[in-house]
Amino acid sequence: MSSLPLLSLITFLPLAGALGLFAFVRGDDARARRVGIVRGLTLGTTLLTLAGSLALLPGFDPAAPGFQFVENVPWIPRLGLAYHRGVDGIGLAFLVLTAFLTPLSVLAGFSVKTRVKEFMIALLVLETLMLGTFSTLDLALFYVFFEGGLIPMFLMIGIWGGEGRRAAAFKFFLYTFAGSVLMLVAIIAMVAHTGTADMTQMTGGVFAGDLALVLWLAFFASFAVKTPLWPFHTWLPYAHVEAPTAGSMILAGVLLKMGGYGFIRISLQILPSASEVFAPLVIGLSVIAIIYGSLVALAQTDLKRLVAYSSVAHMGYVTLGIFSGTAQGLEGAMMVMLSHGLVSAALFACVGVVYDRVHTREIARFGGLASRVPRYAAVFMVFTLAAVGLPGLSGFVGEFLSLQGAYLYNPLVAALASLGVILGAVYMLGLYRRMFYGPLEKKDLMTLRDLTVREGVVFGALAVPTVWMGLFPAHFLAVFAPATDRLLNVSQTLAAGSIG
Amino acid sequence: MHEIVGNATFVAELLGPLSPFVDVAAVFLPLLGAALATLAGGLWGLPRNDRAAQTLTCLAMVASALASALIFADIAVEGGAARTHVLAPWIQVGALQSFWTLRLDALSSVMLMVVTGVSAMVHLYALGYMRHDRGIPRFMAYLSLFTFGMLMLVTADDLIQLFFGWEAVGVCSYLLIGFWYEKPRASAAAVKAFVVNRIGDFGFILGIFGCFALFRSVAFGSLFSAAPDLESATYALGGLDVPVLTVLCLLLFVGAMGKSAQLGLHVWLPDAMEGPTPVSALIHAATMVTAGVFMVARLSPLFEHAPGALAVVTVVGALTALFAGVVALAQTDIKRVIAYSTMSQLGYMFFAAGVAAYPAAIFHLMTHAFFKALLFLGAGAVIHALAGEQDLRRMGGLARKTPVTYVLMAIGSLALAGIGVPGVFGFAGFYSKDVILEAALAQGSGVGVFAYGVGVLVAGLTALYIGRLFVLTFHGKPRTDEAVFAHAHEASWVMLVPLVPLALGAVFAGFWGEASFVGEGRAAFWAGSLVTGGAGDPLSATHHLAPIWTLLPVAAGVGGLVVAFVVYGLFPRFPGWVAAHLGRVYVGVANAFCVDALYDAMFVRPLRALGMFCRETGDDRWIDGYGPPALARVALRWGQRVRTWQTGYIYHYVFAVVTGLVAALVFVWSTLSR
Repeated sequence: MSSLPLLSLITFLPLAGALGLFAFVRGDDARARRVGIVRGLTLGTTLLTLAGSLALLPGFDPAAPGFQFVENVPWIPRLGLAYHRGVDGIGLAFLVLTAFLTPLSVLAGFSVKTRVKEFMIALLVLETLMLGTFSTLDLALFYVFFEGGLIPMFLMIGIWGGEGRRAAAFKFFLYTFAGSVLMLVAIIAMVAHTGTADMTQMTGGVFAGDLALVLWLAFFASFAVKTPLWPFHTWLPYAHVEAPTAGSMILAGVLLKMGGYGFIRISLQILPSASEVFAPLVIGLSVIAIIYGSLVALAQTDLKRLVAYSSVAHMGYVTLGIFSGTAQGLEGAMMVMLSHGLVSAALFACVGVVYDRVHTREIARFGGLASRVPRYAAVFMVFTLAAVGLPGLSGFVGEFLSLQGAYLYNPLVAALASLGVILGAVYMLGLYRRMFYGPLEKKDLMTLRDLTVREGVVFGALAVPTVWMGLFPAHFLAVFAPATDRLLNVSQTLAAGSIG
Repeated sequence: MHEIVGNATFVAELLGPLSPFVDVAAVFLPLLGAALATLAGGLWGLPRNDRAAQTLTCLAMVASALASALIFADIAVEGGAARTHVLAPWIQVGALQSFWTLRLDALSSVMLMVVTGVSAMVHLYALGYMRHDRGIPRFMAYLSLFTFGMLMLVTADDLIQLFFGWEAVGVCSYLLIGFWYEKPRASAAAVKAFVVNRIGDFGFILGIFGCFALFRSVAFGSLFSAAPDLESATYALGGLDVPVLTVLCLLLFVGAMGKSAQLGLHVWLPDAMEGPTPVSALIHAATMVTAGVFMVARLSPLFEHAPGALAVVTVVGALTALFAGVVALAQTDIKRVIAYSTMSQLGYMFFAAGVAAYPAAIFHLMTHAFFKALLFLGAGAVIHALAGEQDLRRMGGLARKTPVTYVLMAIGSLALAGIGVPGVFGFAGFYSKDVILEAALAQGSGVGVFAYGVGVLVAGLTALYIGRLFVLTFHGKPRTDEAVFAHAHEASWVMLVPLVPLALGAVFAGFWGEASFVGEGRAAFWAGSLVTGGAGDPLSATHHLAPIWTLLPVAAGVGGLVVAFVVYGLFPRFPGWVAAHLGRVYVGVANAFCVDALYDAMFVRPLRALGMFCRETGDDRWIDGYGPPALARVALRWGQRVRTWQTGYIYHYVFAVVTGLVAALVFVWSTLSR
C-alpha cells in the first residue's frame, strides 16, 4: 500500500483550490485580469486533479479483490465512524469520469460572466464532494459527500440559472432532500444494528428479512430520485433547463451516476436479498422510464428539456441492467453510465454553444444551421449518433449489454425496453433535423459563429473517449469487470442462500 | 491468427506472406480514404482541397477493389482456403465474446467483389456527377465510409459485428440521403430511412439477444454447429409450443426486412431517392439493400433449421416482388421506378432464400448489382442530360441525343427483364431470375409454388415497367422544354467509362457465373460458406422440371417488353386513357397503395399524441399534481410561515449551514464524551 494518502489528496485538491480562490483572489468581475486568474486557477486545479486520478490507474490492480488505495483513520470510534476511503474498479471508473468531466465543465463555464469567483468555488467544492462519494467506504462519510453535493448544485442553479431558476432550484432541492432524509435514517439504523459504519463489513449479508427490505426502500428513495427513475424524474428537466451549461454537464455527467453507483454499492452489495425481491419493481420502472422518457422527449419544443428527458430514458437502461442480475446487465449499466457521462455532458455543452450565441433554447428558433456552422453541426452529429446508440460509439456497448441482460432476465422486458432504440432515433434525429437541416432562414442565425477553439477543445476531449469506448470497450471493462463480477457472484450466492 | 490450409493457389503463392495484409487492406482502405477526405474537407484547420478528397478516396477505393479481386480470385475462383483474421477484442462480458474480425470465405469474397467493384465505379462516376457540388469532400468521405461499413458487415464472424456493419451502412445511408440537407424532402427522407430501419433493427437485436440466450455465444461457428440439435427446442408461448429457432430467425428477418425494404418496412426506399443518384446506385440498389439477403444466406445454417421462418421469408419476398412490381408501373419519377424495381428484385432474392436456394439468392444479388447499378447510373446520366429533370412525362426522344447512354440503359433493361435464349445465351438477369423461379417450383412446397406463380407474373411486370421507362425516356417525341432538350448532351467520359464494366457484368455475369454459383460446381464453389443443398435441395431438383415451366418466365419477360413497346411506343395516349378510367385504383397504385398515409395515421400521429399526453397529462398533471411535488407544496405552505428567513443572500445560507453543522458536531461530541 502506498504511504501517500492518494485518494485524500485527489479528493481535497479541488477544495484546497476553492479555499485558495476564496482567500487570495480579491476584486470584482469588472477586472478582466482577475477573472482570468480565477479561471486559470480553477482550470489548473481541476487538471491537476485529473492528472492525480489518472496516476492511480497504473497502480491499480483490477484483478485484486477488495478495495485499493485504502485509508482508514478512526473518526468517532464510539459510533464506529471512520475516515475510511478506498476504491474498487467501480468507484475508480467514476472517480476518473468525475475528474475528467470537471475541467471540461470549467471550460464550458467560462461563459459565466457574473460572480465568476463564487461560481468556480461552487464547482470546485462540488468536485471534491463527487470524488469523495465514489471513493468512500464509511456510510456516514458517504452520506456527507453524497448529500453535500446538493448544496453547491442548488446554488449553481439558483444563482447562475435562467429565468425560472428559483423554482427549479427548490424543486431540485426538495426532491433530493426528501430522498436523502430517508437514506439518513437508514444509515443510522444500519450503524445502530452493526455498530459500525464500515461498508466493507456490511457486505456479508448482515441485514436480512424485513429489516433489509425496509432499509432497501429507504435507500431506494434517495437513489431513485437521484438517478432519476420514473416517476421521480420531474425535477430533472426543470433543473437542467435552468442550470448554467457547466452545471448541466456536471449534473447529467456525474450527479445522476451517483444514483446508479448507490444502487450498485449499497442496494446490490449490502442488501442483495432485498434487491432480488425488489428487482421486478425497479425493472418495471426502468422499462417505463425508457419508453415514457423517450415519448416525452419526442414532445419537447425546448432543446434542453429534450436532452434532459433523453437522460431519463438512458438512465432507465442503467437501472434495468443493474437489477437484471446478470453480468451483461451490470457491466452494461456501468458502460451506459460512463458513456452517458460523456455524451450527455457533450450534448448539454452543445446546447450551451447556441444558447450563449442566440440566447434561446426553442428548437423552432433554429433550422438550417448545418450550412452556417459546419463544425458545430459535425460535433452535434457525432454525439447525437452516440446518444442513439450507434455501434462504434460509446452508447451502443452499454445499451446492448444492458438489454442483453434484460433479455436473460425476461425476454418480454427486453422487447419493451428495446422500443427505446427506435424512439431514441426518432427524437434525436428529429431534433437534429429541426435544428440543422432545411434552409437557413432566420436572420440572426446567418451571422452565427462556428465553434471557438475553447469549445473545440471541450468537444474534442469528449469525442476521443466516446469513440474509444465504442471501438475498444475492453479497455474500460477491464477496469471494473472483475469488481462487478465478484459483486454479482457474492450477492447471488447470498440471495440464493437467504431464499433457500 | 490466420491459417492457410487447403489448396496452394496461384494468388496465395503470388502474395506469400503478404496475403493477410491484402485481406486487411481490402477492408480498411476505404476507411482510410474516408478519413483523408474528411481532412481534405477543411473542417478541422487544414485548407480545403476538393481535388485531393476525390483523388484520395478514388485511389483508396480502386486499390481496395484490386485487393478484393485478389481475394476473390484466391478463394472463390481457385478454391483457396477460407480464413478468419481476428483483429482485436470488441465487446466481451462473460460468455458474450465479440471480436473485430475479418471472415473471408467464398460468400464474403463474392460480397467483397460486388461491393468494392460497384463502389469503385460509383466513386469514379461521382467525380463527374458531383463536379459542381459544394460538398464534394463530405460526399466522398461518406461514400467511402459507407463502403467500409459494408465490408465490415460482409466480413463479420459474429452477430454483433454484423450489427455494427448493419448500423454503419444505415447511418451512412442516412447521411447520404440527406446529403442535400437544405431540401426539406431530402432531410425528411433521411430521418425516415433511419427510423424505419431502426424498427427492423429492433427485431434484429432481439434476435441477437435470443441467440445469445439460447446458444450462449454470438459467434457464427458456435451457432451453426449447435443449431441442428436445437431444431426441436421450443418456447412455451401462451400455451403453444413455438420452435425457438423459428422465433429467432423471424426476429432476425425483421431486421433484414427493414434493411432490404421488404413489404411493411419498405416505405423508406422510394423516399431515399432524394439522395444523389450515385448514392442510389451504390447503396439503394447494389449493396446496402441486399444486406438482408446476405444476412439470411450467411445465417443459412440457422434458417435451415427454422422451416416456419423460411416459409415466412418466401411469402414476404413474393408479396414484396408483386407489390413493388405493380407500383413501379405507375411511377412518373425515373428514379422511383428503379427504386420500386429494386424492392421487387429483392423480393425475388428473399423467396429464393426462403425456398432454401441460398446460392440462387446470392447469384441474383450479384447479377442485380451489375444491372441495377448500371440502370441507376444511366438514369443519372439522363437526369444530367436534361438539367435535373426526373419526370418521365417530360422526357422522350433522348436516344438521338445520348446514344451511348441509350445503349447502356438498353443493356441494363434487357438484363433486368431477364431476356435470353434458353440454352444459348442470356443477359445476366435471365440466368439468376430463372434459377430462382425454377427452384421455387422444384422445391415442391405450397409456398414454393405460390412464389413461382407470383414470380412469373412479376417477371412480366418487370419487363413492362422497365420497357415503359425505356420508351418514355428514349423514344417518341421529346416532351421536355425545347431549350432543355436542345442542350441535352451525352455525359462526360468520366461518367460513362465506369458504366462499361457494369454493362459487361450485366451482359456476361449470368452466363459466366451460373455453373459455379448455382450449377454443378456450386458445392465446391461455396465450400460450405452457405447451405448449398438446403431442405429438399431445390437446385438439384430443377433438372426434373418440365421445359414449359422454365420457359414461362422468359416468355413473360419478352411479352412484357413487347407490350411496353407497343403500348408506350405506338399508342402513347393509351396509358393516359387507362389511368383515367381506372380512377382511384390508379391513384392508389401511383401512391404505392397509400401505405405512407396509413402509417402516418396508425403510428406517427398516435406516437406524437402519446408524447404530448405523457408530457402534459402524465408529467405536469399527474406526477407533479399528485406525486412528490404535491407533497412538497404542502411542505412549502408550511414553509411560507418561515419565509421571512429566506433572504436570498448566499452568505446567509452559508451562515445557516455552518451554524447547523457546528451545532450538530457539538451535539455529537457531547453525546460521545458523556
